[in-house]
Amino acid sequence: MSLTSFTAAISIGNLISRLPSGVSQGIIWGIMALGVYVTFRLLDIADLSVDGTFTTGAAVTVMLTLAGVPSWAATLAAIVAGLAAGCITGLLHTKLGIPAILAGILVQFALYTVNLRIMGMAANKSINPDQFRLVLTMRNVPVAILVGGVIALVVILLMYWYFGTEQGSAIRATGSSPQMSRALGINTGTMKIIGLALSNGLVALAGGLMAQYQGYSDINMGRGAIVIGLAAVIIGEGIFDAIFRKGANFIAKLAFVILGGILYYIIMIIILWLKLDPNDLKLFTALIVAIFLAVPYIKKMTGESFGKAGKLSLKWLKNKTQD
Amino acid sequence: MLEVMHVSKTFNKGTINEKRALIDVSLTMESGEFVTVIGGNGAGKSTLLNAVAGSWPVDEGAILVDGVNITGMPEYKRAPMIGRVFQDPMIGTAPNMELQENLALAYRRGQKRTLRWGITAKEKEMYRERLATLNLGLEERMTTQVGLLSGGQRQAVTLLMAALQRPKLLLLDEHTAALDPKTAEKVLAFSDRIVKEYSLTTLMITHNMTDAIEHGTRLIMMDGGEIVFDIKGEDKIHLRKEDLISRYKI
Repeated sequence: MSLTSFTAAISIGNLISRLPSGVSQGIIWGIMALGVYVTFRLLDIADLSVDGTFTTGAAVTVMLTLAGVPSWAATLAAIVAGLAAGCITGLLHTKLGIPAILAGILVQFALYTVNLRIMGMAANKSINPDQFRLVLTMRNVPVAILVGGVIALVVILLMYWYFGTEQGSAIRATGSSPQMSRALGINTGTMKIIGLALSNGLVALAGGLMAQYQGYSDINMGRGAIVIGLAAVIIGEGIFDAIFRKGANFIAKLAFVILGGILYYIIMIIILWLKLDPNDLKLFTALIVAIFLAVPYIKKMTGESFGKAGKLSLKWLKNKTQD
Repeated sequence: MLEVMHVSKTFNKGTINEKRALIDVSLTMESGEFVTVIGGNGAGKSTLLNAVAGSWPVDEGAILVDGVNITGMPEYKRAPMIGRVFQDPMIGTAPNMELQENLALAYRRGQKRTLRWGITAKEKEMYRERLATLNLGLEERMTTQVGLLSGGQRQAVTLLMAALQRPKLLLLDEHTAALDPKTAEKVLAFSDRIVKEYSLTTLMITHNMTDAIEHGTRLIMMDGGEIVFDIKGEDKIHLRKEDLISRYKI
């Protein structure tokens, strides 16, 4: 490609026209990221089952809609499926003593088969927005943004309420100090199961919405969901910290996770707009997440390094012998 | 109040690392008694406290609190009766939660966690008053994340939390061992005050002989998983460090 045709192809107008679609997908991934937030930040567990439950949510929604169930009811059923899958991860972890990260991997692995079965052993299933009334679809992006935004808002309000209640506080306490929680009479095993279930319920909801938005469910659509969710959480928190400095309230934190999802998608659109190969996106996402995850550690380490201390000590010893 | 009846516990049974941590231990504590437990490493004092707290099930024997058999209950079910302060100041409080949220969690110790709001305005007033009694200025930092407080502050808060919902039994597990001497002294003084104020039945483990002698109404010494020395009343008051040191060498 010559330089002139390249610059012509990456016109600003082209970028702007793609933004709304990025925002709508970003909101959906933001809802998924709220689920990741529950386990990763509140329970202090990296739950990998979400890669499977995202697809489960999509598969359940599509198949039920195809079977004639109203799409909103199908979406609610997807949440229930996610809750159940999360419960299984929780049970494997708390009742059978399997480390949380492995329990998540096992469930994710098993869900591949389950998801295929749900979709009648087909790798993908499409729903035609002309045939079915869907909750949201990419055919009408402004409405999709509106509906997605309202759903995100409801989820945020529900989370704010629940994690402020005695039970929700007990879940946060379990993530913060399990020993203290037990000493205060909190059944930490049960709290972990509830947290994992809620998290996967949200992820399945996002999967169901995504399937409707794009018009199909695909057996691989959840691959790497955990990384995208983490990216949204981390980007959202990074901006949150930059703006508020000190800790502000929980509702704002959750809203910034959605914002993180949107920003992640806009970054992806810019990369595509720059005509980079979409197949490179995963590497790029992993890089972004690795960098953001490393920032707190690097911040802590700047100014304190063994290399620096070693050099300084040599200088000091040298000066001392000269004295 | 507390009855520990012929309790035994062996760790890693049947392996090369087998350790008989408690051997047929019996201990009866009266209501309002403040027992200090002393002993070397591996004497069994922490094991005794963990057996009462319910960190794991015992192999043999029974543990009763106020006549209720708690031997078969996991730790979280014993919580309504037992308040606990850990050796590590970092685990007695939830670092990612606000100070007032921590107190609210402790205020509901042993109660069912419902879908009611986790903290009320009325409670906050009460917490403020209680925190003020610590003289650490913490009543002005109710919304601070506990992780930002010092080890001594956190340990004082943990004590306050343990007493917030009056426990039948207070367990102090070497709770000043990780603090500097000055802070340790303050926290110990505050422990004494809380025990008196709420007339709490207390079991305190310590490595420090002087602390064990100066605090509490009864002292027991453990060695090799057994109680080897038990002294209270007048005898305890006249006990000197030298007597204990000679005992240690048995």
